Amino acid sequence: MITSTFWILLTGSLAAASCALVGSFLVLRKQSMMGDAISHAVLPGIAIAFLLTASRNTFPMLLGAGAFGLLTVYFTEFLHKRGRLMHDTSMGIVFTSLFAFGVILISLFAAQVDLDQECVLYGEIAYIPWDLWIWNGTNMGPRPVWILGFVLMLNLAFVGFFYKELKVYAFSPEYAASLGIPVGLIHYGLMGSVSFSTIASFESVGAILVVALLIVPPATAYLLTEKLKPMLLLAMAIGVLSAISGYYLALFINASIAGSIAVMTGIFFLVAYLFSPSDGVLTRRYRKAEPLAEPDEFALF
Amino acid sequence: MSELLNILQYLDDPNARYVLAGTFLLGISAGVLGCFAILRRRALVGDAVAHAVLPGVCLAFIIVGDKDPFALLIGSMIFGWISMIVMDAIVRNTKLSTDASIGMVLSVFFGLGVVLLTYIQSTGNVNQSGLDAFLFGNAASLLPGDVMVFGTLSVIILIVIAVSYKEMKMVSFDPGFAKSIGYPVKRIEFLIATLMVMTITVGLQAVGVVLMASMLIIPAAAGRYWTESLGIMIVIAGAVGAISGVGGTVISGLAPAMPTGPWIVVTALFLFLISFMFAPKRGEVIRKLKNMRNRVRVQDENVLKTIYLLEEQDGLAGKVRSMRDILKRRRMNIRKTRSSLARLHSDGLIQLIPGKPAGYLLTDEGRARAMRLVRVHRLWELYLTSHVQIAGDHVHDDAESMEHLITPEIEEQLTSLLGRPATDPHLRKIPYGETTTGGGLLS
Repeated sequence: MITSTFWILLTGSLAAASCALVGSFLVLRKQSMMGDAISHAVLPGIAIAFLLTASRNTFPMLLGAGAFGLLTVYFTEFLHKRGRLMHDTSMGIVFTSLFAFGVILISLFAAQVDLDQECVLYGEIAYIPWDLWIWNGTNMGPRPVWILGFVLMLNLAFVGFFYKELKVYAFSPEYAASLGIPVGLIHYGLMGSVSFSTIASFESVGAILVVALLIVPPATAYLLTEKLKPMLLLAMAIGVLSAISGYYLALFINASIAGSIAVMTGIFFLVAYLFSPSDGVLTRRYRKAEPLAEPDEFALF
Repeated sequence: MSELLNILQYLDDPNARYVLAGTFLLGISAGVLGCFAILRRRALVGDAVAHAVLPGVCLAFIIVGDKDPFALLIGSMIFGWISMIVMDAIVRNTKLSTDASIGMVLSVFFGLGVVLLTYIQSTGNVNQSGLDAFLFGNAASLLPGDVMVFGTLSVIILIVIAVSYKEMKMVSFDPGFAKSIGYPVKRIEFLIATLMVMTITVGLQAVGVVLMASMLIIPAAAGRYWTESLGIMIVIAGAVGAISGVGGTVISGLAPAMPTGPWIVVTALFLFLISFMFAPKRGEVIRKLKNMRNRVRVQDENVLKTIYLLEEQDGLAGKVRSMRDILKRRRMNIRKTRSSLARLHSDGLIQLIPGKPAGYLLTDEGRARAMRLVRVHRLWELYLTSHVQIAGDHVHDDAESMEHLITPEIEEQLTSLLGRPATDPHLRKIPYGETTTGGGLLS
């Protein structure tokens, strides 16, 4: 007998692995906030898919979300280039506007759309064991597990197939372009993958947690290794560990599972931040290593 | 008419007036502070802070036991501050970039907030209902007390900005220079960050976590299109913010069950798009129009010049040229050439001689203009070969575009620099105009 705990853990782990895989490229490409932007901007896509199909069918939702994910990327680029705004400014305008548009759509058609903001922000991972996929009268297990499994396969296929291109692109898009790699295609492919992972995870873990899963485990892994392949594997492992430990933390303090998973990703990051053999703040102080070559230009004080 | 009546009825409700006052004040302070956020490349820091104050709100509630606005404000300010310090520490101490540190702080702090919020809900404290207004914003539930707090904070924010405007401006544009001339840069940055945290905390209850960022970003970005001066940009951004706050509140008040925050954002976006399209100088449509007018001018000048070159070629200034002659000398789009000829005629630069086919003749004014184009073209070619050491067969294309751009002042400088030369590198005569070709004489 497979318990509901098992299904929740499996869902969380699949979401974490999917997000960590594509999120690693976002972190390396310095486009982490694109994950945040996409995870919010897909809301109107989901709402429209709901309205058109009048159901919680997954496939139209994936399509709607994917379309709006790519629109976010496109509009951001457009305002950045044509509107001559800074990249983060244009991103901030685009995703908040799309999110507002989504909330308005949902409020307008509240009768038809069985979806609320809370579900979008929190997710409902605790209900997953009861969201079953019945096919030909056979119980196939929870639907989100299948969706997340499918998206993980898709992401693995994308990364596996374009591994070399992605690797060059992640470290230097200019160099990649000079080698004749279709950078635009890789970029939009990656953003498409981010959109799919976001929407697939979103239903179960919510919009903000998706951001945690996309960015924090890859950033943690990046502090532990500089090589791409170990980084991808580590990021996925840390994501899965956060999902599992987060679930038990939530049980222990009787609080949101999604929130607890996000907190756990933060705790793993904190450990790497302090104790990473190569980059840890305390390790480096202990070894009196020289300061980092060039920290990003960003100082608050 | 009935809409107007609806609005008036809506304004009759004292509660609605409180909400309106609240969003109005919020719009101004967010718009004004957003200018500094954008200038200092911190557009998305506001987003992170908005998410990161949630645990502060929850902890304050746990400690105090009810929704005392001041306690919640202080709790969220403390966490807004902590989030900024953490973001800064991550960027300083690791190889991770700014965007990664913003994203991590945003999501992990928010996760912590959600954990605390659900924990509070599970304890069954009856006072907690409405705490999630911090998440999604609920302008309609603003109470007179809340508006008083908003108002006080907004006034404080505006006064502080007015008083320390010069310092804040300097630090935003060039912190390095500000430091070198003895400004207390760190203290001013601390001040700006504190004001930002204050605004965000106030705004959350009205528009919610996600849309708070847009209140900071969109009005400031809209203001940027209208001006190059920070002072004017701040005024415009404050106005856009205020209009959006009021407009969004009224729109959402007219329709039943409409959320206020999103309509504020939509109103702001509308004003932004107008600025993006139609602002003089920087607006997209205006720039397009200017480009189009420029292209038309270049096309007209090329046609005019071609007629002159035909005259120069055969020395017959009085000869009527058909459009075919012109196009034989210089390949151009037929339709565009026809419209150029029509414009040149109505400008009095060429004469139209009816016939089949119709012919064209330069007027004296047209000839002088054409001659000047040819003159600066050849002067520029000579300048490139003699002073920039570019080979004579490479200079034509550059001169072809420069002839439309060179101002009389530059022309004068070129002439005196080159010593009023008689011929260009291809040994063609440079026409100065005193040998005006009249009546079919050789030029």
